[in-house]
Formats: sequence, structure tokens, C-alpha cells
Amino acid sequence: MKNKNMKSNSKNKDLNIFVTLNPTKGKGIPIAVKDNYLTKGLRTTAASLVLGDFIPQYSATVVKKLEKNGYWVYGKTNLDAWCHGSSTETSDYGPTLNPYDTTRLSGGSSGGSAVAVATGIVDVAIGSETAGSVRGPASWCGVVGLKPTYGRVSRYGVIAMGSSLDSPGVLSKNVTLSAKILKIIAGKDPMDATSSDKEVPDYESALTGDIKGIKIGLVENYFLDEMDDEVKKVVLNTLSVFEKLGAEIVKVKTIDPKYAIGVYTVVQRSEVASNLSRYDGIRYGGKRELFGTEAKRRIMLGNFTLSEGYSDKYYKKAQKVRTLYINDFNKLFESVDVLIGPTMPNIAPKIGATKDQAMFGELADVLAEPSSISGLPAISVPCGFAHDLPVGLQIIGNKFEEGKILNVAFAYEQSNKNDK
Amino acid sequence: MLPLHMNKAIKMTNNKKIYTPVIGLEVHIELATNSKMFCGCPSNHFGKKPNTQTCPVCLGLPGALPVPNNKAIDWCVKLGLVFNCKINKSSNFDRKHYFYPDLPKGYQISQYDDPFCYEGNFLMSSTNQNIRIRRIHMEEDTAKLQHTEIDGKKVSLIDFNRSGVPLVELVTEPDFSSVDDVVIFLQELQRIIRYLGISTADMEKGSMRLEANLSLTPNGKLPDYKVELKNINSFKFLKKAMLFEIERQKDLLLSGKKIIQETRGWDEFKSKTFSQRIKEEAKDYRYLPDPDIPPIELENENIDNLRLEIPELPQAKRIRFKKEYDLSDGVIDILVETKERATYFETAVKLSPKLSKSIASLMVNKNLDKEYPEPAGLVKKLVELEKKDFSSDSDVDQAIIEVIDKNPDVVTSYRSGKGQVVGYLIGQVQKILKGKGDPKLISTKLLNSLHG
Repeated sequence: MKNKNMKSNSKNKDLNIFVTLNPTKGKGIPIAVKDNYLTKGLRTTAASLVLGDFIPQYSATVVKKLEKNGYWVYGKTNLDAWCHGSSTETSDYGPTLNPYDTTRLSGGSSGGSAVAVATGIVDVAIGSETAGSVRGPASWCGVVGLKPTYGRVSRYGVIAMGSSLDSPGVLSKNVTLSAKILKIIAGKDPMDATSSDKEVPDYESALTGDIKGIKIGLVENYFLDEMDDEVKKVVLNTLSVFEKLGAEIVKVKTIDPKYAIGVYTVVQRSEVASNLSRYDGIRYGGKRELFGTEAKRRIMLGNFTLSEGYSDKYYKKAQKVRTLYINDFNKLFESVDVLIGPTMPNIAPKIGATKDQAMFGELADVLAEPSSISGLPAISVPCGFAHDLPVGLQIIGNKFEEGKILNVAFAYEQSNKNDK
Repeated sequence: MLPLHMNKAIKMTNNKKIYTPVIGLEVHIELATNSKMFCGCPSNHFGKKPNTQTCPVCLGLPGALPVPNNKAIDWCVKLGLVFNCKINKSSNFDRKHYFYPDLPKGYQISQYDDPFCYEGNFLMSSTNQNIRIRRIHMEEDTAKLQHTEIDGKKVSLIDFNRSGVPLVELVTEPDFSSVDDVVIFLQELQRIIRYLGISTADMEKGSMRLEANLSLTPNGKLPDYKVELKNINSFKFLKKAMLFEIERQKDLLLSGKKIIQETRGWDEFKSKTFSQRIKEEAKDYRYLPDPDIPPIELENENIDNLRLEIPELPQAKRIRFKKEYDLSDGVIDILVETKERATYFETAVKLSPKLSKSIASLMVNKNLDKEYPEPAGLVKKLVELEKKDFSSDSDVDQAIIEVIDKNPDVVTSYRSGKGQVVGYLIGQVQKILKGKGDPKLISTKLLNSLHG
């Protein structure tokens, strides 16, 4: 592991990784699970006080599948409340700190899961992504973060954020583990109408590391002007590795990712406002006053974009632009196998960075949003350090081509390991 | 207050105005599918112990997701086909947002832009008037609130057994102007639903719920207000409510008042409608295409198959029965009231084609089909009756009149005290009836005539 810079005194408690630790010691392989996955009998809060004392009556499909395959839920990891953020700073239980620099953020919303893996408490953690919530913290904490195709993994029992975008994902210490876990959690779920019945391949055995002749599209316009120069350099350094492995690199351009911010914000806020309606405090959970500032902001904006007279202007228009991104990616994947670029334009920011920044997450996740709104799979794999903090390389694939991006990530991981 | 003479003048002008009712209907029908609309819980909730038929989905628990019930969708489309609706090949479910304790998700899954069925019609056979059907869509029922008292405290209890039960909503255009037509339409709708077997359409149990939007127009144009008559659970009460409402609105309009747009219920005890909720402005439900449910694509083949599954419906049966069996409209109406009864009739007729009228008569007048669950049993009974078949009442009456007419002398002698001549008269009657008369009946009737 490339955690040479990690602060040696970092402990679970100090970093605020878990909202709840499982008090029942189970037998299987420990796995950390983001606290927006329902775990039967084990408190599930979504890091919001609204669900501060919520003990689920059922488990998410992902959790059930993992338990069936010999895994044991070690604890429930911290997140931005309701996944609303890219920092874990909106968590009602406080932020999860970055193990490489405890004055910095872990990223989010799956920050607790990223740090649980980065610190070696577990080898694998389950996260979830709406746009960047797996890839982002993986990048800032130096672990592998896999966001599968929308519909590849069941959302049943995962507390919804943006239902047309939400995708359960994996954070792991290496690519192989992500492939292994994906094989377990992927597949059609009769309880989730949006889950795909496409056959689940054996991702692990497909990890050959052979990417000779593969066409990699380097997304030029993902290297934003305002991007951190060192991050840019670290990401561009990976090109020589891929060339050495026999891959063909072509420069490509996508629709400007900045428009995806608008699309993503409108679609996600609308769905958030709707999804949070059920927390009315009548049968379970606390009252709506307990929603934090960020949730309240999203509920208000979402209700606005859905209200009569405005839904055409915002929600429906956003869906149209969303289609443009989907078409754009479809066209790109006619000529390349995978797309690469930076996962995040910067390194982990300082604690408090999100203060008074209502759009912090949306801006930070600008390089994840286009693929998220298009439902594509992507992986962030550690590719070096900038300012002594981890940097992630993003590999985006066509729909249901998790096998391809995992293999490209694996090839890179292996050759990078051998180089050292 | 206006001077007396002016008051009079206004009244007179207004009195010339003739107001016509404008009525549109919204009918909710709970489908009798085995499971609920979006989960596997049983949909038959009536009389079940509260909250015993629930799961994370219909309780709206965090993380739970809806999976649509295809059978319910098929049934909704079937109803649409009956009403000649256009069918949306691609439609979707929408979330309709509002807060209410009986709505566990804070939204109801319904259909907004693209209902399964739209732009249908129904021909009123009585008047030949065409009633346009605006849409027939699919949604989920809400939980049921029970307002009660526990330990002296007023409480509202929620029963989620009904939450998520498939609900079809049929909306007509405001094409009705007659209260009777509304009732005829609704009764026929109920029959059709039962023929299709998609719901019990039982109003007392709430599986068919009626709403009428009623306003009055002086000039045929659609008025700018409407009063919603809601929560009425019988045709009879709805009719009374509509009639009352027409008078109430007429009085208000005649006295120059504006009618408040509101929802009114029916108070059977007081025999009047009463205000339930005043609608100040249109509610904003913030509709959102439900991202949890992929668009529903209906194939032509699928629709054609559904069309083939539609049985012969009451109106078609009426026309055919008239043609094939030459029965009176009243008898036919009773025979086609249920599909089972109509089938019973035809099965019996098949066994004994010549007896169709007698079979109909026994079923309609004597309810003998209830006594003989098998049509064959009824036919057997009928054949037995035919064997010792007596002349009908009217034939006996006719014969008696004839005999009295032809034998004035005998009648006079009877009336002057010669009781024994009765035997002769009975014999004469029996002669006309070719010996088929019931002696007892002849004697009774004859004596009545002689004394009368």
C-alpha cells in the first residue's frame, strides 16, 4: 500500500470513521458499510439526526448478499448526512478526517468507507455514489473506488438520495477486491425494478492485466484550467505506464463537464426533495426540524424545481441536457474502450472548506457528474501524490463494461507496483 | 337592500335563466389482484386485522423500492379498451407529492402526463349521448385513517393494510347534464368492472368510490367553478346529493351569489350536502416521473391479447338476448345484471332451447336459479312443470269471461240460488282451456266473477 505519508497515529476514533460499530461480533470477513445501507437490527442513520435512533427491520440487498458470501458488517461508516456532500462535513456526527493529514477532509459522501479502507481497518468497504461519492473520497484517501453502472447493483435498502443516479459502490485496498465484491453484489434484484438482468460476469478472473491494443481516450477537457498543476502532472504521468503496456492513447473531448453541474444539481435536488418527504416523523425517526442546513437547502431547491410552472424550465430541461451527455458518451465509446482523466481536480481540502459553500460538492465532483448522469461505470485508482496527498486516476467505461475498466485499473495498479 | 320594486325586477330577469347541470365524474376502483401495486403484500384488505398486511415497501420505509404489478397494469388497460381509449405504448409512473398521515412516502405513486389510457368514450344507450372518457390511470391506494378515542383521548390510528393497493382512476369529461344518466353510467361501469372480474366494485367496502364534479351553466359554456361531491358510497346517495346540489346552486345563482369552489359531502340524516374542504387554489403536487420505476412499454401484441380476454359485456349481451331470445328489456336487464346470471341463462337455454322464455321467467320472477346452482337442475324442474302445465292465469280469466258471456241463463240461475250449476260452468271453462286448467284456480276465479 502506498500509505507512506499516512499519519501513523491515526486511529479509528480520532478520524471519526464509524457512526456505529457492530456490537455483535460476527464470524465472517469484516467489511465496513456506509451508514445509508439498511442493516437489520443495526442502527442506520444516514448520518442524520432524523434517523438517529432508527433500527431497520430489514437489510439492504447488498448487505444480504455480502452476509451470504461470508462477510460480516464491522461497522457503519460516516457520510455526509443523506449523502448530501463531498466532504463528510454535513454529517450530523462530524466530519471524517483524512488519514494523510488530519487537518484535511476525507471527501464524501462515502468518506468513512474510504478511510476505513485507507487505515487498514478493513480491506473493503461499501460506499454509494450519486456523483463522485465513491470516486472522490477514494481519490483523496488513496484507495480504489468503483462506481458501477446504474442498475448493475440493487439499490433496495439503500437510503435514496437521487434515485435516478444512486449506485452502490465499492472502496477497497486494491482492484482485485473491488472486482471480487462487485461480482457478489451485482445482478438483478426482484426488489429493484431499475436493476438490470444483464448477466454478471466473473470480474475477478477477467483481471488479466493485458491491455495491449486497448484504446484509451484521454479526456482533454477534464484537465480544467483551475485544476491543481501537481494533480494534473501526476495524472498525466500515468500515460507513459499505459503506453508501456501497449495501450493506444487518443485525445478526446467531451461536452464541457461544467454543464453537468447544472443538470446534476437540478435532477438530484428534485429527487432529494421527493425522497426526503417520507421522513415526516410520524412512525419512525425524528421530526423534520432535525434536518440539517444542507438537507433543508436541497429540499427547498428541489421543491422549487418541481413546482408547477418551473418543472418544465428546470427539471425537464435538465433531463434533456442529460440525454445530450448520454449521446456524447455513446459516440465516444464507438471509438475508444475507456476514457481516462483525473478523478478530482484537486487534493483533499482543509476542514471547514465547505463552510458557506453550498455548491462545494457539485464543483468538487465536476469530473464525476457527466458519467454519473449518464449512468456509466467508473473507477478511481490511486496514481501518486501531489503535495504529499493522494491523487486518483479516473477510468470511465461504457455501460456494463465494469470488466474493462477494472482490467485497465488492474493493469495500471500491477505495473505501478512493479515499478516501485 | 334594494328597493322592493327593483328586487322584483331582478328576480324576474333571473327567473328566465335556465340552468343546465354540468357534471363530470371521477371514479376510483380498487383492483382485486392478489398482491398490492408495488409489493407482494395481499391486496384484499377488507376486514383484516390492522397492519398485518404490510412490508417495507407499502410502509414507505427508508430504502424500500416499488416494483409494479403487471397484472394490475393489464387490468387497467383492459378497462381502457372497453371504453375505447387510446393506449399509451410508453408510459410511466409519477410521484404526486403531498403530506398526509395516510401517505407513508410523502407522495402517492400515480400517473400524470402519460396515463395508460386516454381519450375514450362511452355511448349512453338510453339517450345515444356520447360521454367522453378523459383518462384511466393507475395509482396506489393510501393507508386508512381511523379517528377514534382511546382512554378518553382523541386519536387517529393508521392502518397500512390498504396502503399500496392497486387503484384505477377513471375520469370523464364534464359531459353529463342529467343526474339519471350519471347513475346509469355508473351502474353500467360497475357491471363492466364486475364482468371483467377486475374488482368487486363494492361501494360499501370502498372498492368503488364515486366523485362528481357539478356546476350549473346558464349558456352551455363550462362554468368557472365546480363543486366536488366526494366520499359518497352509494348510487342512491350520489343521486340525492346531485339533485340537492343542483337546487342549492340554482338558488345561489338566482340570488346573484357566487358559488364557492369546494368539496362537499352528503349528509343522509339531514338530506343535504355539506362543505368538507374549500379549495382556495389548485394544489401543486410537484409531479416527478418516479425514478424508481422504468417506463412501462406496452407491446401491440400484449394489447391485442388483452382485448381478446375481454368477455361479452352487458350492452352487447342485451342486444344479442333481444335478438336471439326475444325477451322484454326488463327481463334482459335482470338477466345480464351479472355475467354469472347471463351465463346461467344461456347454459340452461342450450339444454332446452324451446324453453328460453320459461327459463327467463323462472329466473327473473321466481329466482329459481338460486335454488338450482346447476342450470341443468333448473331445466329438469322446468320440464317437470311443463308436464302438468296448467293454463296461465290470463287464459283462465279469458275463458271465464267467455263462459259467463255465453251462458247468461245459467249465471242468472246461479245468482238466484242454484249453487249446483257451478259444476257446469267449470266444465265449460275447462272445455275452452282444453282440459289444461287448474280446477282449483278455475273454481276460485269463477266464483269471484259470479259474485263480483
